[in-house]
Amino acid sequence: MAVLEEYYDIVVVGAGHAGCEAALACARLGLETIMFTVSVDSIALMPCNPNIGGSSKGHLVRELDALGGEMGKNIDKTFIQSRMLNESKGPAVHSLRAQADKQDYSRQMRKTLENTDHLTIRQAEVSEIVTEEISSDGGKKYRISGVKTVSGAVYHAKAVVLATGTYLKARCIFGDVSNYTGPNGLQAANHLTDSLKAHGIEMYRFKTGTPARVDRRSLDFSKMEEQPGDEYIQPFSFSTDPDSVQKKQVSCWLTYTNERTHEIIRQNLDRSPLFSGEIEGTGPRYCPSIEDKVVKFPDKERHQIFVEPEGLYTNEMYLSGMSSSLPEDVQHAMYKTVPGLEHVKIVRNAYAIEYDCINSLQLAPTLEFKTIEGLFSGGQFNGSSGYEEAAVQGFMAGVNAAMKVLGREPYVLDRSQAYIGVLIDDLVTKENHEPYRMMTSRAEYRLLLRQDNADLRLRAVGHEIGLVSDEEYEKTCEKKRKIEEEIRRLERTNIGVNPQVQEFLMQHKSTPLKSGITLAELVRRPELDYVMLTELDEERPNLARDIIEQVNINIKYEGYIRRQEQQVEQFKKLEKKRLSVNFDYCRIKGLRLEAAQKLNLYKPVSIGQASRISGVSPADISVLLVYFEKYGGNNV
Amino acid sequence: MKTETIAAIATGLTDSGIGIVRISGPDAFAVIRKIFRKKNGAAADLSRSHTVQYGYLYEDDKEDSEKLDEVLVVIMKGPHSYTGEDTAEIDCHGGVLMMRKILEAVLRHGARAAEPGEFTKRAFLNGRIDLSQAEAVIDVISAKNDLALKNSMRQLSGSESAKIRGLREKILYEIAYIESALDDPEHISLDGYREKLKTGLKEIIAQVKKLIDSADYGRMVSEGIRTVIVGKPNAGKSSLMNVLLGEDRAIVTEIAGTTRDTLEEQVRFGDISLQITDTAGIRDTEDVIEKIGVDRARNAASGADLIIYVIDSSVPLDENDSEILDMISGQKAIILLNKSDLPAVVDPDRIRADARFAGHPVITVSARDESGFDELKDTIREMFYRGAIHANDEVLITNLRHKEALVSAHQSLMMVMESIENGLPEDFFSIDLTDAYAQLGSIIGEAVEDDVVNEIFSRFCMGK
Repeated sequence: MAVLEEYYDIVVVGAGHAGCEAALACARLGLETIMFTVSVDSIALMPCNPNIGGSSKGHLVRELDALGGEMGKNIDKTFIQSRMLNESKGPAVHSLRAQADKQDYSRQMRKTLENTDHLTIRQAEVSEIVTEEISSDGGKKYRISGVKTVSGAVYHAKAVVLATGTYLKARCIFGDVSNYTGPNGLQAANHLTDSLKAHGIEMYRFKTGTPARVDRRSLDFSKMEEQPGDEYIQPFSFSTDPDSVQKKQVSCWLTYTNERTHEIIRQNLDRSPLFSGEIEGTGPRYCPSIEDKVVKFPDKERHQIFVEPEGLYTNEMYLSGMSSSLPEDVQHAMYKTVPGLEHVKIVRNAYAIEYDCINSLQLAPTLEFKTIEGLFSGGQFNGSSGYEEAAVQGFMAGVNAAMKVLGREPYVLDRSQAYIGVLIDDLVTKENHEPYRMMTSRAEYRLLLRQDNADLRLRAVGHEIGLVSDEEYEKTCEKKRKIEEEIRRLERTNIGVNPQVQEFLMQHKSTPLKSGITLAELVRRPELDYVMLTELDEERPNLARDIIEQVNINIKYEGYIRRQEQQVEQFKKLEKKRLSVNFDYCRIKGLRLEAAQKLNLYKPVSIGQASRISGVSPADISVLLVYFEKYGGNNV
Repeated sequence: MKTETIAAIATGLTDSGIGIVRISGPDAFAVIRKIFRKKNGAAADLSRSHTVQYGYLYEDDKEDSEKLDEVLVVIMKGPHSYTGEDTAEIDCHGGVLMMRKILEAVLRHGARAAEPGEFTKRAFLNGRIDLSQAEAVIDVISAKNDLALKNSMRQLSGSESAKIRGLREKILYEIAYIESALDDPEHISLDGYREKLKTGLKEIIAQVKKLIDSADYGRMVSEGIRTVIVGKPNAGKSSLMNVLLGEDRAIVTEIAGTTRDTLEEQVRFGDISLQITDTAGIRDTEDVIEKIGVDRARNAASGADLIIYVIDSSVPLDENDSEILDMISGQKAIILLNKSDLPAVVDPDRIRADARFAGHPVITVSARDESGFDELKDTIREMFYRGAIHANDEVLITNLRHKEALVSAHQSLMMVMESIENGLPEDFFSIDLTDAYAQLGSIIGEAVEDDVVNEIFSRFCMGK
């Protein structure tokens, strides 16, 4: 029987936040790319919370932007409120978060995709990966050659990126109602799992959930606290002109659950699919359903609920903090106990969703499957959660798929370079049994990995990949020069003891000078900063806001920053020692059996990665160092 | 890339009167410059390699510094040394205490305690060992590491490791609290947290300080010759222990079988250190608790460097004595004939002649009159110097490593205090708290891994 057959460089399966970034990266690098989705109308859909960014996720978006990704630009076009979280805390944990107009977000992304050369969008369900077997010493190995859709059409490709999100064998559940659909009632992808399993890929089943969407007109905002946006809006993208985003914002609203809410939940726990065992997937601990919270934290008298608009052209509001899979009638009853929600009208019920994803230890740090050459993957399919986590993986998977096709070296960001590096390293190195969320506490060098310096850290990488223009790159280089110059100036500028200075210091509750001091020293004082010192600094140049910020942070926290830089040096030493993924660790006598087994299972790419595998001790690492010193790091 | 400078005691803690503390790495000579003076007060001459200098080793580089020992210092410039790095060796008097003091002075002045097998590893990595020896090097590292791990655990008494665990739990809670507030600022607030942390921290710091002090007394970890006192019930083992300790540490009664568990204490005779374990009397018993005590005694005896077998000389030997002799066969032992104040039925000469006693030294003492103890001490010292008793050098090193870890945990916690005083943002606190947490963890052999993330989720209600 004749079937449709087409040839591409790269196939991307899925058009969510991971798929979009993957497809854009590949097409922008000039490769013929086709992106599949079960519904073209749901490109870049935000099926859960209506915002982008937040703690540590904001970092991911800025890093992605610095590398040449799209998410930052797209949210800058479509946000309706913006806040910098944690501003009272250190610069490392400042985090940008913007409320999105969901439909607009999706529409703008679609527009970008549709206007990108070399990119084809196709609505179809991919049901199989097509491979050829290649010889290998250790078990079966394959090379990807394309994909097949449900209708039988074959799309040949040199590399494939899987970004199926929560659609694989998806099932949505609330109470005793369950539908075999993806989020929002969209068609699930029911075949691909089997094809992957047939290739020896180990699958997990994860679960997540979303709260109800309610009609704005049924809410009483006078009983809630208003949560307005920031006065000064900072854009996500380093390419966005800050002046262009200073616009009118909409508010979110804060209200609380109470004992009555909790009572209703407790009385109906037996009807929750979560507790009855109906849901088998593993849910994330960081965004528990409201029934989970009530059970796990019985002492808490109330839980916060943020009521957030879903867009400018809809009355739907999102009830952040109250995701649930309780039956419809219970949902109604419990929502109605919350102040301001007494007469709430639900537009869409809260539900839990279960889906297939992979055990991400099967991936190399390039996000390529260790046993299937040319097959890459990103996003929730890899066992992560969140739009931002998905987008950055999609981007890296796309870039590395492209590098493979172009015959160039892959890009792997390490833990000292980016949150993206931490995220991917965790996914491919540590056992993960719940949807993985980024957190600032996961980044050991977070003082260096700030959202404010993502461009300084990563623009060069993006430029080298070919996704950042010369002009953008030059802009960053210029910024860097100006920062360094200004820091040098402050280190050199001496302030003498004079009445004006002493007066100034007294005013700011700072110890008066005994002898001359540099401006930098003054910036370092906890009670002062760069901007406050303007009046003492006669030769101060007129610098942009972002440059001032860098100068201030770098001087103020120099001690801590230097300490982390030293730790990074240590870290890099082991990262640089490469290991072959074909090596059999049982050959090294002197390794403890547990370590050898773990190493054989994970096949780390560097001694650094090996050192992070649980069950591998420092002594085992010494043994590896000595062994590979003898036999040569690269020829094992 | 700056390589760290490492130091360790290179000789065992046994026989000869000379001990060597070895320092290797870029700061090896700088350390010597600080704490070594020639006899005429001049600093060491570091201009030529492979020289030996005679002088004194001091506590530190201050004017009025305490003189520790008379030493020889050997200077070897890299790459012409065992490790291939700048290396200094301090030849000192070989007592456990002295070597420890000298190593501590070295560690205070820019070196850190070497990991198990680290000198060998460096020698190898710097090309000083033939490649064919790689496997041997690996063996050394794994063997030393196993030993160190075993020691690390064995040396910590149950209560000390429980204390460290408790401290870690408290620190982890604070880290998780800060981190959860950073990750979810809208749900968890840090208002008023600084003051609370300060209060909690003071308590934690005080406890760490106490542990450091007790590490100085050698109480926290037991070091020295592992000595186990065995004997039948009511032979006077506990009384003996009390005499050795000079205090009423063990409960002594007329009732046989009073000591039902093992007791551990530290004793020093001049430069020799004993870690003494008192055990329950060994006899065939039906009493369940006493039985457990007897089993423990057997275990303790099997891991001992030296056994002191106490016999009540006023009662005849019986089948329980044969049992004990079986238990200690093949080990170094001293036979103590106690209760010399009572009429004797056991004759020392007959014991000496008895083949079952394998030629062990026999000493007559009275715990009640405290007579005969000088002979016991002299005998132990003599056996130690002759090399008849081997104490394990990893023990001392592990102890120092523990102390080093405690000191850096203390420093990190003080940094948190300073950051609170200086009004730094909360996320800086958790950086130093995490360091302290990791340091304490290294003592009890626990890594950080995903503790923080797990603690956040289990303690704090997060998110949407």
